Amino acid sequence: MPTTSTVDGTARAAVVSACEDVHDAGEADHVDGVPVALVARPTSTAQVSEVMRAGSAHGLTVVAAGRRTKLTWGRPPTSADVLLDLSGLDQVVEHAAGDLIVVTQAGARLSHLQEALAKEGQLLAVDETVPGSSVGGTLAAATSGPGRVQAGTLRDLLIGLTVVRADGVVAKAGGRVVKNVAGYDVGKLVTGSFGTLAVVTEALFRLHPLPATRRWVTVPFDNPAEAYRLAQSVVHAQCVAQAVEVDWPAEGPGTLGVLLAGIEDGVAGRASAVLDLLGGDAREDGSAPDGWAAYPWDVSATGDDRSTALKLTFALSGLPDVLEATRHTQAPVALRGSAGAGVVYAALPSGTDVAEIAAAVDALRTVCMRHEGSLVVLDASAAVKDAIDTWGPIPAIDLMRRVKDQFDPDHRLAPGRFVGGI
Amino acid sequence: MSGTHGTPKTASGDTGQDRERDAALAAVTRTARELIPEAGVITDHMRLRTYECDGLAHYKVTPGLVVIPETPEQLAGVIGACAEHRLPYVARGSGTGLSGGALPRADGVLVVTSRMRAIREIRREDQRAVVEPGVINLDVTKAATPHGYYYAPDPSSQQICSIGGNLAENSGGAHCLKYGFTSNHVVGAELVAPDGSVVQLGGTAPDSPGYDLLGAVVGSEGTLGIATAVTVRLVRLPEEVRTLLVGFKTTDQAGAATSAIISAGIVPAAIEMMDALAIEAAEAAVHCNYPADAGAVLVIELDGAAVEVEGEYTKVERLCNEHNAFEIRVARDPVDRALIWKGRKSAFAAVGRISPDYIVQDGVIPRTALPEVLKAIADLSTESGVRVANVFHAGDGNLHPLVLFDDSVEGAGEAAEKVSGAILDLCIGHGGSITGEHGVGIDKAAYMPRMFTDEDLDTMQLIRCAFDPVGISNPGKIFPTPRLCGEVPGRHKGAHPLQEAGLAEVF
Repeated sequence: MPTTSTVDGTARAAVVSACEDVHDAGEADHVDGVPVALVARPTSTAQVSEVMRAGSAHGLTVVAAGRRTKLTWGRPPTSADVLLDLSGLDQVVEHAAGDLIVVTQAGARLSHLQEALAKEGQLLAVDETVPGSSVGGTLAAATSGPGRVQAGTLRDLLIGLTVVRADGVVAKAGGRVVKNVAGYDVGKLVTGSFGTLAVVTEALFRLHPLPATRRWVTVPFDNPAEAYRLAQSVVHAQCVAQAVEVDWPAEGPGTLGVLLAGIEDGVAGRASAVLDLLGGDAREDGSAPDGWAAYPWDVSATGDDRSTALKLTFALSGLPDVLEATRHTQAPVALRGSAGAGVVYAALPSGTDVAEIAAAVDALRTVCMRHEGSLVVLDASAAVKDAIDTWGPIPAIDLMRRVKDQFDPDHRLAPGRFVGGI
Repeated sequence: MSGTHGTPKTASGDTGQDRERDAALAAVTRTARELIPEAGVITDHMRLRTYECDGLAHYKVTPGLVVIPETPEQLAGVIGACAEHRLPYVARGSGTGLSGGALPRADGVLVVTSRMRAIREIRREDQRAVVEPGVINLDVTKAATPHGYYYAPDPSSQQICSIGGNLAENSGGAHCLKYGFTSNHVVGAELVAPDGSVVQLGGTAPDSPGYDLLGAVVGSEGTLGIATAVTVRLVRLPEEVRTLLVGFKTTDQAGAATSAIISAGIVPAAIEMMDALAIEAAEAAVHCNYPADAGAVLVIELDGAAVEVEGEYTKVERLCNEHNAFEIRVARDPVDRALIWKGRKSAFAAVGRISPDYIVQDGVIPRTALPEVLKAIADLSTESGVRVANVFHAGDGNLHPLVLFDDSVEGAGEAAEKVSGAILDLCIGHGGSITGEHGVGIDKAAYMPRMFTDEDLDTMQLIRCAFDPVGISNPGKIFPTPRLCGEVPGRHKGAHPLQEAGLAEVF
């Protein structure tokens, strides 16, 4: 069990002088059960830098947080002296609508950003899969939703960023223009790094026009082979589907959902083409089906009430095997995600026997790996995380460790949270 | 400007360093001969000179050794030997790069991937292809088209450039406005790291767990390793493609039309602009029959589902007319379309018809700054007397000014260089980039500090230190000053080669 953090008086004073808003942590500030000593809430990149310098001088471990909606994702850190709360960096700095780009601080809520962009008829083409998430947290966890089939993920939309390194150095990469190959793409490396390489304080994204209209076509299916046939028929059609989703509960029939977005006439025509493709049981609707862009688990659950939350990836042709495998585990598995991208999410209910969960994770991981993908346990209760390999095998782990050692040689940023104990 | 890259032998004669380097080169040559068929190991000086430059021909260095491996194992073996002997190496695909990224080292090995040309798999059901690094970009599309698919990134050199080179440079192309760059289409790579080890980055499925090392490697210009197999995303061929050629009297009108189209929420597959001088050159070279007396033309391509394209086309036509287009031609079949694109895609080479020498520049500005920057370029041209032809990917603000000069006239080359550099300063001044797709290479390393601070560059080089702590993988490219990486893992504990050579100080 993690012990209470030890931050001595000198270290505490250093952090307090680095940032206006510093307070002692309470139980609510714990990171996945790991006690925190201090919460620092900076309001500028400069203050983040000062906090990191203080941390560096005094050997403090630091866990960055945006809106704390995914703070328990990954493994619990081995230590968390300072919780770096970035919710004070909440400004949308500049929306250059004519250039289809936006500059935003990392702590801004994604929903707040989208509201600002919508005023000019634009959007950041990423689904908000965890309500209330910050931009920075979405980047750090690299979450994505149905729309990734056409728009890609945040890694594809990020064009520039400002980071604060573990040693407090402030650095930028990329820039304000979409097309730019000057220098290394630090943004891609930081995206999905769970806060273990550097603290993102500001990000620049390319934007898309808000589609004039959206239509959903859904069709039920009874078995994995049927789901695969339907999904492939849409994927290989020329209907430019924005999303091809499967919803496959623990039992009973599933649903395939196709999103079409764009100009009115175009969407109407494409929706009718997809209706024809999917056969007589298909339905068209102007609103999203239940559960669209939401994970198949309760994202607000905490502690032992958490489901075991899985992310599964596979080559598209692996879909029927993955769907089939979820029906052969002892514990019930609910699955939902992108049949068009080969990225789905699955949940095992809280309270399920740990051994059953471990067996299910093993079985599903084997299937994903057979189809050139992976399985990651995003979140789970402490007992489950203790019992299973959450990240699974990582082919290039040695190189990843070398990257970590360069960026954070003392392993003070969210130590132990990421792959291979990074 | 030739022969400056690499560490030339000291003028004062044979030194210990020279001997050590010669011994290292000899040792790697021996390993290469053991691994690679005879034709793939080149040591003859005349034949080495064939490889002295890439597409940026005014930098020339004769490589110490050229190897042309046929398999990943052979390639990895040579890199392993380079690592063991700390010999610098440079990877080269088709040698079409325009920033000197594949400029060889006199004291090192040039690793040419042109004999690794197998398309290993086309997997329609998975929308993936697996290809070797020497495979020509367009050949991926040719192989995928019978399955209804294509490979989206389409640099103008797509008939000759290689996928390995595209990966190194994060190549773009006319259609990246809608479809993105190489980094959005490469999903996996087998990489020979600078220590000779082979690692799998990414894969067939998306979102490999762990750091997105592939994201860092794509566009790293060969400084983080060499890809020996590349998994790419295949994109479904659009149901309909409609290409428009639109004539305007001025670039301002063409720029305003571009802005109007984007503001209307339309993302065309491509919007390309050429100015009068670029049109003149293209006409002289390929007789593309662009509208007479045009001060600017736009090539606009719409693609997607037929109903969608029809709707977008109506809007685009209206917006062009509202912005004083005097002629709109629509290509509805592949022959018409090819003719429209021929003028655009041949533009760089075509400039050779109207000027004995020219510099191809590559800079990026926020698209809304286009009128202002074009005016500033025109002013630069007037003040200096140096002619500039403008070709650009107008949709994403990527400029390719062609700076014309005659090298036989004294001082003309310098004047052109000055204008070319000033254009980059304009890009930086407007919050843009010094390169949108050609890369930094050797050509623009000196400009990096104008765009990035020392801290920015230092942070980027942390990645390099992780992959290549001894600095043997395409050293001297991208970064104006190498960063020494501190403690080096492994058995080599000697001084850093750059430190030995007196080129860098430990800091």
